[in-house]
Amino acid sequence: MKLNRRAFIKSAAAGSAIVAAGSIFPGISFAGWQQQEGASGQISWQKAPCRFCGTGCGVLVGVSGDRAVAVKGDPNCSVNKGLCCVKGFHSVQALYGKDRIKKAQVRRNGKMVEVPMTEALDLIAAKMKETIEKHGKDSVAMYGSGQWTIPDGYVASKLFKGCIGTNNVEANARLCMASAVTGFMTSFGIDEPMGCYEDIEHADVFVTWGNNMAEMHPVLFSRMLASRKRKKNVTIIDFATRTTRSSQAADKSILFKPSTDLAVANAICYEIIRNDWVNWDFVKKHTTFHKGKTNIGYGTEDHFSFTDVPEDISFEQYKTFLADYTPEKVEKISGVSAKDIKYMASLYGDPTKKVMSFWCMGMNQHVRGTWIQNLVYNIHLLTGKISTPGNSPFSLTGQPSACGTVREVGTLTHALPHGVVMNEHDREMAAKIWDVPVTNIDPKPTYHTVEMFRALDRGDIRFMWIQVTNPMVTMPNLNRYRNGALKDDRFIVVSDVYPTPTTAVADVILPATLWVEQEGMFGNSERRTQHFDRIVPGPGDTMSDTWQIIEVARRLGFQKQFPWGEDEYIGKIWEEYRRFHDSPKHNMASYEMLKERSGVQWPFVNGKETRWRFNTKHDPACKPGTDFDFYGKKDGKAWIWARPYEPAAESPDQEYNFWLNTGRVIEHWHTGSMTRRIPVLHNAMPESYVEINPEDAADLGVVNGEKVKIISRRGSVTMKASINGRGVPPRGMVFVPFFDESYLINEVTLDAFCPISKQPDYKKCAVRLEKV
Amino acid sequence: MPILSFLVLPQAGAMEQLCADLSAMEHCEIIPSDNQEVVVLVTDTPDEEAENKLQEMLKNLPSLQSISMTFGHNAEQ
Ligand code: SF4
Repeated sequence: MKLNRRAFIKSAAAGSAIVAAGSIFPGISFAGWQQQEGASGQISWQKAPCRFCGTGCGVLVGVSGDRAVAVKGDPNCSVNKGLCCVKGFHSVQALYGKDRIKKAQVRRNGKMVEVPMTEALDLIAAKMKETIEKHGKDSVAMYGSGQWTIPDGYVASKLFKGCIGTNNVEANARLCMASAVTGFMTSFGIDEPMGCYEDIEHADVFVTWGNNMAEMHPVLFSRMLASRKRKKNVTIIDFATRTTRSSQAADKSILFKPSTDLAVANAICYEIIRNDWVNWDFVKKHTTFHKGKTNIGYGTEDHFSFTDVPEDISFEQYKTFLADYTPEKVEKISGVSAKDIKYMASLYGDPTKKVMSFWCMGMNQHVRGTWIQNLVYNIHLLTGKISTPGNSPFSLTGQPSACGTVREVGTLTHALPHGVVMNEHDREMAAKIWDVPVTNIDPKPTYHTVEMFRALDRGDIRFMWIQVTNPMVTMPNLNRYRNGALKDDRFIVVSDVYPTPTTAVADVILPATLWVEQEGMFGNSERRTQHFDRIVPGPGDTMSDTWQIIEVARRLGFQKQFPWGEDEYIGKIWEEYRRFHDSPKHNMASYEMLKERSGVQWPFVNGKETRWRFNTKHDPACKPGTDFDFYGKKDGKAWIWARPYEPAAESPDQEYNFWLNTGRVIEHWHTGSMTRRIPVLHNAMPESYVEINPEDAADLGVVNGEKVKIISRRGSVTMKASINGRGVPPRGMVFVPFFDESYLINEVTLDAFCPISKQPDYKKCAVRLEKV
Repeated sequence: MPILSFLVLPQAGAMEQLCADLSAMEHCEIIPSDNQEVVVLVTDTPDEEAENKLQEMLKNLPSLQSISMTFGHNAEQ
């Protein structure tokens, strides 16, 4: 059956107009648009979560024959209520790029040659065995992703941690949300947001902390703008280091100097206490005060290690600590006027206003990422504006299953599907469910992501299997890690859908199915698990990442732990995995229910989703008789932390006199390996660029579109200047989107990280510019 | 037989009128934004004469403040 050609063209025409509108008008939505409407009689629709960002919009995928031809927002999904952003609308085209990897390839005499899938899988298993025999179990590693489905991550963890016995499992979510996890753990003792997207409709004030939501979370930004339009008294504050589309749509844009958000957050708390806007009843009943180590380093050296030592302090000691953060003093550090600091404090402090704080990479990719999360939670805890509808500190994620797969399944070196490898009880639970001896699970974490790639460079790791991610674009200080991967006697396996700079360093490439070519589940930013069916067949020899791991596990002798058939494995894996979370704090919906609904939020208890955790009215895990119970901490109390301002690992100096900030654009997702193959998105944003402040550009003698070389102590990139484009950095800063593999900006960035979360800081390093 | 798409902005307060005007015109389909004063217009005309006539009408529409093209395709095969 052929779709009407004119209907296709008209849909493409509408699509490109909508892309244009999305980049010109922040947060714009076109709920009425249904792609391929002209051919709707020939299309059947099936639900799925969007493949791209962590918002987790529900979409309906239109299928004609065995081809996905259209997407529309799922009106039954409470996340997006039928809306979609430009990436979501065009997502199915990512399945059909011309250079899709359809066959397995192995490197022979330096050249990649196509081989049958079984041969490639045999080789992987043999190489793993050989490497373990020669160099020990910790010489093999798996590097996955927040785009892994939940079953992908689960079987990876089971194979490596439970069967092989190494904790060498990491995921790229370490690069995007590890600080969010350690923020939650240190403040609340349990991971993931207490609130949900419904908070948007209840809130009166939104403060976005270093978060360009108009481009990165456009559907949620639309909901925010729609709420402002409907309620009239809504205020949006964009608190950021550069002016963006979000700043233009906000009621007020406040710029701060890099890293000084720490000082400003403390100054807001200072003001809240000084004006007695503290919610004393809440603070006395539900919080305790603490401090940790200071001058904690930046992790730029190999084998860096840090352990915080928390100490109890009194409220009076906390107040004394804040005396260094008067608005007037902080104005000098941050560049934010004392008046603006007081204004922000007054919004948080006003008992009649409900406040949401949103953040994503700005606070996560921060050498003090854990601290800044603690400090924003402090503001909400001091004012008691938390865990109630509209009062919500909300950490957003960038990938579709950073929460579902990496945080909940625990695909990080220290984690297990429930708890951590260091905890005996958690190891016992995992061993029982996995049917392996408990002694298999090593109680010592091995390498976090940066250290894992350093270990590969050093030769401590000899075999690495990379799935659904592109570290040869995303690792900071990239030159070192690419050279490491290319060294003799390193064996790299890459499972992916298109050729990338990471497949370029591979010894074996496995062709993977993408998104709705396989069954799976994602978990979004608001604790929502979203199931999708296999809607269309994958091309050629493509195989799901889950099944690839199962095939290799069986070849390694673990048939007993991976017994499932190809027609049932996703359901069976889900039900096994669900046993790890069998408690009112994290209970998850059954497989059948997930198949039926457009996502289900956990904790899912007695047939009910929990929208506001820690609030006794909404959360069945709370102790009865209290209004709030922060049950992640033993005494049920959340922690308010005294955390100081400390500067970035590398700041501009005389030689390297600009800040380099990196990030994303609305059209492209992550490293662009999918969205750059979608013609309408590629044409809308064909290449990366460097944003320069107009006055700096004039000093350099550079006009729009002229080439500029960006040089750091680690590398350089030459690209076109964008002056007064969609984003404008302040003087002394440049901004570069990282989606374009032709301009590897991560050859320039620094591999410094937050010592607590081990998440690198992609937002701050020093560079100089040269006109080319 | 061109297929074109445009972003169309209404005169102040004339969003509804603009939608009504565009919907009433032959060869036009619209997708109004639900949260901003912007309309996506897709035109699909049978020949050059109809196309020129339509462009002339669009230029003279009182409810229209600005129009910019985002996609052009000449469907002749
Ligand atoms: S990319 Fe994100 S905001 Fe856009 S449709 Fe997909 S999930 Fe929604």
